[in-house]
Amino acid sequence: MGTSTNGKVNDFSSDMEVDAFRRLFPLRFHERHLAESIRPDGRPLGKARDTTLVLGAVASANGSALAKIGCTTMLAAIKMEVMAPTVEAPDEGCIAIEFHMPPICSPLIRPGRPAEIAPVISKQLSDTILRQEIICHYLELSLVSGKAAWMAYLDIYCLDADGALFDAALLSAVAAFSHLQVPVVSLNDDGRIVLISEDNIAAMKEKEPVNKEKRKLKLDSVPFSLTCVLHKNHILADPTSEEESIMETFLTVVLDSSSFQLVSLNKPGGPGLAHTSAIQECVELAKLRVKEVQKIMNEATSDMEQD
Amino acid sequence: MDVEREGGRGANQLRPMDCTRSVLSRAHGSASCSNGETRVLAAVYGPKAGTKKNENPEKACIEVIWKPKTGQIGKQEKEFEMILKRTLQNICLLTAHPNTTTSIIVQVAHDDGSLLPCAIHAACAALVDAGIPLKYFAVAICCSFSESGHILLDPNKLEEQKMKALVYLAFPSSVRSVLTEGSENGEESAENGIITSLTHGVMPVDSYFQCLEQGRAAVTPLTNILKKKLQSPSPINQSAAA
Repeated sequence: MGTSTNGKVNDFSSDMEVDAFRRLFPLRFHERHLAESIRPDGRPLGKARDTTLVLGAVASANGSALAKIGCTTMLAAIKMEVMAPTVEAPDEGCIAIEFHMPPICSPLIRPGRPAEIAPVISKQLSDTILRQEIICHYLELSLVSGKAAWMAYLDIYCLDADGALFDAALLSAVAAFSHLQVPVVSLNDDGRIVLISEDNIAAMKEKEPVNKEKRKLKLDSVPFSLTCVLHKNHILADPTSEEESIMETFLTVVLDSSSFQLVSLNKPGGPGLAHTSAIQECVELAKLRVKEVQKIMNEATSDMEQD
Repeated sequence: MDVEREGGRGANQLRPMDCTRSVLSRAHGSASCSNGETRVLAAVYGPKAGTKKNENPEKACIEVIWKPKTGQIGKQEKEFEMILKRTLQNICLLTAHPNTTTSIIVQVAHDDGSLLPCAIHAACAALVDAGIPLKYFAVAICCSFSESGHILLDPNKLEEQKMKALVYLAFPSSVRSVLTEGSENGEESAENGIITSLTHGVMPVDSYFQCLEQGRAAVTPLTNILKKKLQSPSPINQSAAA
């Protein structure tokens, strides 16, 4: 093992099996790939993994979506309930966002003990989606001023955690909102809100629905994000969990899909520093990614409409 | 830029800052930091033997416990815990004490805006007081971006609520690092980098970089203040001498 003292990677890797080298020296394994501007899974540094999106994955929910970025899988579903709005905001509805990481998603999560990262992602999702009314105006969730408004429960389940959790969670959340079908409701004789089921057309004719037009939420600009790992001078877009655990400095850029305004730029510490030039590069990568994701989302929506 | 601010402050003017170390006698290291009315107390215990599960035993483990002023710990506090932990992982020499855990307990005494920067300063000062080896100091600042496009540094609670967007930034202090790692990594020195960035609210990309510049300009004066405060003898030592 005298080769370790002169620090030459070549000598080591040549007389060792690739798998063993990967397990014993994960950082060197990755650095050798980075030097060749390629990643262990064959991607160039700035490219995200294949992304697929399926709308309407949960039949019982009002809106749902299944997003996959590489192996990272997120299932998002929205349930709408009628609630009484607060006195301060009689014309506004409410959106409650919860992110779940069940033990099925990763070997690092033990049953019974909640994942530390789950509430943090939950908070970041709420900040991104609710702030500045990016997704929808709360006013659109109002039914009868001061009496009734929609409460949207958005639950996102992580089924497979393989890096870039926030990106996949945000994509599934946004897609679930785009798929959301607001149920038809009407006022009954007591002035109460009642649901009208799809097969009960007769009832619909009898009583005027309260929300005839507002069946879909207006989504003019939606947020999309890209997580990058920073390692020395390299920027790796959309890291896998292996890359995230080995190179621990990451940066998440969230951009608005219509104006490319910055919704959030999050770099939660980590061993490395982010230089201004690297941040600029990440923003550029995020811009490209937003266009890519927007296309995937449009395709998923048109597929849905054809069905 | 003429912006009316409470207390007649200028846009780039920070509130008076104070930092006292060794405020608690039982903790291995402690510090109290205030920024205007915002006040945070931090205590350090450790390094204790062993790391938590799933942590790398070849490095020191850092544990942050955030205590709000009142009530239960919520998602906001969990996020601050995670950010503070990862920020401290950046400044600590983790390989100096492998297979140990250092706990940092942060108690919020009063929140009047710019809470996270104040907590970062308090945690750093407590680590210094405990004698934990650090690469450099984390100097944090909150920049706010108003509807009209002005950038105000160090907003108080009222200003935070009125602002369109907030940017929390943490920079390495402008003290020369003893490590040569930064210089061999490339032409950019450690001072140009940021340790932590957290934003709330929508803003143009250019404004973010503007905030970055303005925040960076405040690093050197803040470093000098913190250094001076930390060099002054602690109140416990003073009373012992008397």
